[in-house]
Amino acid sequence: MSDSERRPLPAIDIKGVSKVYSVGGQTVQALREVNLTIKKGEFACLIGASGCGKSTLLRIMAGFETASSGVVNMYGKPIVGPSPERGMVFQDYGLFPWLTVKENIGFGQRQRNLPKAKLNEISAYYTDMVGLTKFADYYPGQLSGGMKQRVAIARVLANDCEVLLMDEPFGALDALTREKLQQDLLEIWARTKVTVVFVTHAVEEAVMLSDRVVVMTAGPGRIEEDIKLALARPRDITAIEFNQVRRDITQYLSSHVSSKVAA
Amino acid sequence: MDTTAELPIKMVKPDIWPYIKSWITPLIVPLLLLLGWHAGVKVSGTQLIPLPKEVGLMLYDFAFGGIYDDAFSETLPLHLWSSVTRVYGGFFSAALVGIPLGLLIGRIKLIRDLLDPTLQLLRPVPVTAWLPLSMIFFGIGPNAAIFLVFLGAFYPIVFNTIFGVKSVDNRLFEAALMLGCSGSSLFRQVVLPAAIPSILNGLRLGHGFAWILIVVGEMTGVPEGLGAVIMDGRMLSRTDLVIAGMTVIGIVGYATDRMLVALNNRLLKWSPQHHV
Repeated sequence: MSDSERRPLPAIDIKGVSKVYSVGGQTVQALREVNLTIKKGEFACLIGASGCGKSTLLRIMAGFETASSGVVNMYGKPIVGPSPERGMVFQDYGLFPWLTVKENIGFGQRQRNLPKAKLNEISAYYTDMVGLTKFADYYPGQLSGGMKQRVAIARVLANDCEVLLMDEPFGALDALTREKLQQDLLEIWARTKVTVVFVTHAVEEAVMLSDRVVVMTAGPGRIEEDIKLALARPRDITAIEFNQVRRDITQYLSSHVSSKVAA
Repeated sequence: MDTTAELPIKMVKPDIWPYIKSWITPLIVPLLLLLGWHAGVKVSGTQLIPLPKEVGLMLYDFAFGGIYDDAFSETLPLHLWSSVTRVYGGFFSAALVGIPLGLLIGRIKLIRDLLDPTLQLLRPVPVTAWLPLSMIFFGIGPNAAIFLVFLGAFYPIVFNTIFGVKSVDNRLFEAALMLGCSGSSLFRQVVLPAAIPSILNGLRLGHGFAWILIVVGEMTGVPEGLGAVIMDGRMLSRTDLVIAGMTVIGIVGYATDRMLVALNNRLLKWSPQHHV
C-alpha cells in the first residue's frame, strides 16, 4: 500500500472491542465495547486508574493479546499479532541484557539480513538520536533507568515502527529524569512524525505530551471521555490554560471514582 | 608537625595491604590444617597416617622419581592423563547430550511430558549404585568409568539447562516478537543467550561431580588413573600414596574449575551478578 492510499485511513482503528478474561473459573470483563480511532501522526494518551483496561487495550493494539470480540485495524488491515510496525515500549524496559546498547538498538534490523555496514549505520543513527553514543558499548545492566528507556525507544524507532505504543514508560523513573525524557520524546515525535499511543495514570504527563487525552474508567473498562487538547506547544506547566485542562481531566477521573464508591 | 610525618604511611598502606590480604587470607586455613595434621600425627604417635612432609616427598617421587624409585615413581603424568581423558570424556559427552536435551525439554511440552518424569525418577539413584551395572554394560575398563562420570555430570547439566530455558522472562519474548524475531531465530537469539547463565552453572556443577566420580569410576579395575592409584595405595597400606593421589585430584579439580569460572565470567560479562 502506498502512502497516498493509506493516508486517509486511520493509523489505529478500534471498533467494538471487548475483552473477557477467565481467572480461576471466574470471568472478568476487562474491556467492553471500546471504540477508538487514532490518526496518523497523532499523540494520544490513554489515562485512567488501575484496572480500567488501558494497558489491555494497548496490548491488543500491539498484538500481544487478542480481543474477545470487535475489530482492531492498522491502516485498514486487521492486527493479527506483534509486528515491527507497532513498536512497544514497556515500563520495565524489556531490553536484552546480553546485548550492548547499540546491539539492542540494532536488534530489529538484524532480523532482516541487512549488510553489516548498513546495520551499523542505522543503529549508530538511532543511538545518537537518543543521546547514547558515548554508551553504545555498555550493557543494559550498566545503565540508569532513564538511559534504558531511551534504548527501548530507539530500538523500536530503528526498526521503522509507525506506531509507538508506550505502556507507562516513565512510571518507574524519578521526576527529573521523567521530565527530561518527556521533552526528548516530544522532540523525537516532532522529528519522526511517528504516531504515539501513550498509557499513563499521571494527568500532568498526559496534558504535557498529548494532542488528545482518552479517559478510561474501570468496571468494565471503557472510554469515558475523549478530550482534544488545543494547548500550544511547547507547553508551560505553570500556565493558567495548562492547569485548567489538568483540573478538568482530574475531575473526570475523580468523579468516576467517587461515584463508584458511593454506589 | 606530626600529621605530615604520618601522611606517607597512611597513603601507602591502603594500596598494598588489600593486595597482600587477598593472597594471604585463603592460605590461612590450609596452613592451619597442615599444622594440625602434623601435630596430630606427632602427638598421637600413629603409624597409620604419614606426616604432611612424607606426603610431600611421596608427591615429589610420584611426579619426578629419585626418592623411592618404586612402581609409582614418575608415574603421575601417566595416571593423571588417564584420569583427565576419562573425566573429560564423560564430562563432554554429558554436556553434548545434556545441553541439547535440556533445551528441548525446557522448550517443547511434548518432550518434557515424555522425558521429565523418567529423569526425575532416575535422578535420586546415587551414581555409585550404577557401578555394578556399568561394569556389566561396559566390561572392566575405562568405558565403565567414563559412563559413571557421564552420569554424574549429566544430571546437573540437564536440569540446570531446563531451568534456564523455562525461566526466560516472558517480557523478552514479547520484545523479540514485536521487533520481528520469531521461530528458530527466537530460540537462537533469545532463549539460548538468556539460558546461558544457568547452562554454565550446570556445567560447573557437573564438572565438579565428574572429578568426584573419577575415583569411583576407576574402582572398576582399570590399571591406570588417579582413582586406581588411590585404590592401590589402600590395598598396599601406602597411605602416603593415597593422600598424594587425593592432593593431585584436589589441585587439578580446583585449577580446571578456575578455568570454567574464567570462561563463565567472560561469557557473562554483561551480567556481573553471575560472576563467580
